[in-house]
Amino acid sequence: MSVLVFAELDNGSIKKSSLEAIYYGSEVAKAKGSSVTVLAIGESSNEALAIAGKYGASKVLWASDARLNVASIQAYSSVLAEAVNATSAEFVILSKSSLGDAVSARVSAKLKASIVSNVVDLPDFSSGVTVKRSIYTGKAFATVALTADKKVIAIKKNAVNVVEGDGSASVENFAPSLNDADFAVKVTGTHKASGQVSLPEADLVVSAGRGLKGPENWGIVEDLANALGAATACSKPVSDLDWRPHHEHVGQTGIKVSPNLYIACGISGAIQHLAGVNSSKVIVVINKDPEAPFFKAADYGIVGDVFDVLPRLTKAIQAAK
Amino acid sequence: MKILVCITNVPDTTAKISFTDGDTKFNKTGVQYICGPYDDYALSRAVELKEQHGGTVTVLNVGEAESEQVIRKCLAIGADDAIRVNTEPTDSYFVAEQIAHIASQENYDLILMGRESIDFNSGVIHGLVGEMLGIPSLSPVMKLEIDGGVAKMTREIEGGKEDIEASLPLVLGCQEPIAEWKIPNMRGIMSARTKPLKVVEPVGVGLTITEKYALPAPKGAVKMIPAEEAEKLIDLLKNEAKVL
Ligand SMILES: Cc1cc2nc3c(=O)[nH]c(=O)nc-3n(C[C@H](O)[C@H](O)[C@H](O)COP(=O)(O)OP(=O)(O)OC[C@H]3O[C@@H](n4cnc5c(N)ncnc54)[C@H](O)[C@@H]3O)c2cc1C
Ligand SMILES: Nc1ncnc2c1ncn2[C@@H]1O[C@H](COP(=O)(O)O)[C@@H](O)[C@H]1O
Repeated sequence: MSVLVFAELDNGSIKKSSLEAIYYGSEVAKAKGSSVTVLAIGESSNEALAIAGKYGASKVLWASDARLNVASIQAYSSVLAEAVNATSAEFVILSKSSLGDAVSARVSAKLKASIVSNVVDLPDFSSGVTVKRSIYTGKAFATVALTADKKVIAIKKNAVNVVEGDGSASVENFAPSLNDADFAVKVTGTHKASGQVSLPEADLVVSAGRGLKGPENWGIVEDLANALGAATACSKPVSDLDWRPHHEHVGQTGIKVSPNLYIACGISGAIQHLAGVNSSKVIVVINKDPEAPFFKAADYGIVGDVFDVLPRLTKAIQAAK
Repeated sequence: MKILVCITNVPDTTAKISFTDGDTKFNKTGVQYICGPYDDYALSRAVELKEQHGGTVTVLNVGEAESEQVIRKCLAIGADDAIRVNTEPTDSYFVAEQIAHIASQENYDLILMGRESIDFNSGVIHGLVGEMLGIPSLSPVMKLEIDGGVAKMTREIEGGKEDIEASLPLVLGCQEPIAEWKIPNMRGIMSARTKPLKVVEPVGVGLTITEKYALPAPKGAVKMIPAEEAEKLIDLLKNEAKVL
């Protein structure tokens, strides 16, 4: 009857979105009078994993086999399913991400579990187990009942307000039985921009569109992002034109972000763009056209020229520090 | 090469979403339906691969009769035949069961899907189907070449991408720039009318039940800041919105 959380690691540390999942798991456990175990897979350390205790976990299972250092969808799914069986977990909680999607899906097929993704709130246990999930790319919500014995819940990033405690989790080695077939997919190369704030994980995002006129002008966007400690993003035409890398493109057909603050610079606010950013807590729009549709979705707006406004905002932030 | 492409019949990306019957049913009135944008990439790449390597492309939709307009469009784009599993696609596990059931009756080299549907946005059907069939699943795939029995792919990961290789058969969730969206031509539209579209009945049961829908709370009015006083924004974000 326990709760198992799958935590993703980034350079050995539990990702922020996974800390949200651990906290969510601890709230589920509280409601059910049980405890939370975390599964972490890959290179890490006892200290880095013990942090899970602050978010309500009592125990971390650490699968540190060297073959698991490169994330493999199939192998990770097998390890998670084994951990579910070892802990007799009823609930499997994780954060929605491209790895999370794949792993949650395969695990739910292995366990014949109910699976609900994009969950935005804690479950309601008043009759069975129901959760609220986002659908139609943020344009609506659905209340969904999970009817199978085992339940896989993938939560949307930034959907729960995490409260940090002072607990510490014990870290135990977990040695899964690995199967060669689970390593049939070979990763032959990795290309990752390092040292930047990861967009899907970011609390603050500065995003720019075709209003920037060309890739040579992105300096003012990056300066503002750096001053804030924000990640950078862009509209679809900007990545289609190769002004910016594809993994920065947000919207209906790009990454969905839900930061605390989304600053849109020179983006018109087409409905397909809004679909990727509409669950941001606060939206700021800077556009020289007062009729730009984005202003209707904004909390704060400035009608102005990005080439004038952005450098002034950067200065104001630096001055306020 | 035999390719199965799974497509959704979904409201157009500009559609206004609303519900009826005490918020228990999606309101279809006035809504234009399209093939899911990511599914469209999967289909376009499948048609290109067929042109390069020969073989067939079969389109599969789990949906009610109203899906047939979108299925015919997929046939017009270049799929050879289509299968519709006649049921309302209410639950990811249930939809995946239908796809796995159909796929287990033929030896498909590739099962292509979109990275996610734009109604449920779960991004899980490929993984569910892969596991049900006991073959690898990968998503989101942004480049796909076939060389003998091996697929060479590029997959997007957080903050970058990775190159991967795997032997067929595979289940892949696709996204741009894997292919350019294709627009059906007149000949395609004519020939689509006579291409086979088989309707079959569903198997199995779902593991979730959708009880109710809701719309997000309407956004409050925007607070405008004159451009001359742009710096005030920082103070508002700090002290009013409390996000800095
Ligand atoms: C199926 C489908 C899926 C799509 N998916 C996505 C998606 O995922 N993400 C996405 O972004 N788009 C998507 N689109 C495209 C979308 O419809 C818009 O075309 C796109 O978002 C527009 O990008 P933009 O705002 O950068 O450019 P534009 O619409 O050209 O807007 C540029 C804006 O910059 C302003 N501007 C110009 N100069 C300045 C200046 N000096 N200072 C201040 N403001 C200035 C202009 O007033 C204008 O509002 C999709 C479209 C379709 C059909
Ligand atoms: N009802 C359906 N019929 C056929 N394919 C589907 C259906 N629902 C989802 N898919 C496929 O699975 C992909 C991922 O869907 P989802 O897991 O709902 O985000 C979609 O892009 C489609 O290719």
